[in-house]
Amino acid sequence: MTRRFNLYHFASPATFYPLAGALIPWFAAASVLFGLAGLYLGMLVAPTDFQQGEGYRIIFIHVPASWMSMFIYLVMAFWAAIGLAFNTRLSGMMTQALAPTGALMAFLSLWTGALWGKPMWGTWWVWDARLTSELILLFLYIGYMALVAAIDDPRRADKAGGLLLLVGVVNVPIIYFSVKWWNTLHQGSSVNLTKSSMAETMLWGMLLMAMCFWMYAIAVAFARVRTIMLERERHTDWVKAILAGGEK
Amino acid sequence: MKSRHKKLALIGGALAVIGIIAALVLNALNSNIALYISPTDVAAGKAPQGKLFRIGGLVKEGSIAREADGVTIRFVVTDTDKDLTVNYKGILPDLFKEGKGVVAQGKLAENGTFTATEVLAKHDENYMPPEAAKAVGDAHARAAEKKAASEGAAAAPAAGSEKPKAGY
Repeated sequence: MTRRFNLYHFASPATFYPLAGALIPWFAAASVLFGLAGLYLGMLVAPTDFQQGEGYRIIFIHVPASWMSMFIYLVMAFWAAIGLAFNTRLSGMMTQALAPTGALMAFLSLWTGALWGKPMWGTWWVWDARLTSELILLFLYIGYMALVAAIDDPRRADKAGGLLLLVGVVNVPIIYFSVKWWNTLHQGSSVNLTKSSMAETMLWGMLLMAMCFWMYAIAVAFARVRTIMLERERHTDWVKAILAGGEK
Repeated sequence: MKSRHKKLALIGGALAVIGIIAALVLNALNSNIALYISPTDVAAGKAPQGKLFRIGGLVKEGSIAREADGVTIRFVVTDTDKDLTVNYKGILPDLFKEGKGVVAQGKLAENGTFTATEVLAKHDENYMPPEAAKAVGDAHARAAEKKAASEGAAAAPAAGSEKPKAGY
């Protein structure tokens, strides 16, 4: 019974607000440290690729951004399911706080891919299954943000947005497995949980950058969710207390 | 059953239904989602007649030839079973190399060759430094030599038939 009490305790905006505030500097610092280490390893230590020369180094941005674009969507869909089933206030705020970061990651993934594709493949863009499904993911993020912004009542906005997120979640496995299921121009995945077809330092640089992006996403989402909380809960006593007592 | 459990079951059920629908639709669209077809498909007559399509495969070793005008090139795309000769006039991407993956868009000509309007290189998933690549290449060569030696001198050695990388 105590465990359940604790869960509800942290699911309440009044307790989550100061907790997120205290955690933000830690995640931000971790992001900077991972980023510096990852960039050092990726740009200075990792060897030149035998076919692509130096151009391959874009993977240190491209692959972490693509991973995060898919992962953030899964997290948002998870919160959306929780929100629809349990009617919790925090879940809708979390999905809204994560959406812009997810969209940024999808955008980065597409752009860095295009910049790499022009010299390596010979084209900026091709309508293959991997690229097209990632573009759909970007549209899903933008569509979610537009839908939520278009509905005035925040609870209704959360419900509508949550439904869109849940319907769209089917796209994530399609993105991930597209290179296995169909002929695509995009290469197969170099790294998964059991194998890697990359040189070791390249792999470590990429993993460090992935950690950097991950920590960044958490820090930014927490900062965003705090402002959303203040706005949505502005009529409650805890927000009034915070505003009266200054920033905490 | 509490209402929130009902909702959770409803969400799970809806997700399953959406997943099944998506799987069926994608399965039905299968051939249209594929970016390219193989030379074997072309040989089997699966290529659209008089329409643009893409073929993909490996650039056959030793098949790249430049015409006298210096910009028209001819090479053979192979899936190790069937071959297809491609004619192309234009700029080639950096990663276009013999033995590597390629995707070309164009039409079948009267004489059964493929006239490409666009040639793209298809990268594989291997990332390694040049020394490692050389070591892998040497190991392949040694393995091939060993195999040739064990098969006996009677069999004519198949020159330049190194097994293509599985990555394409």
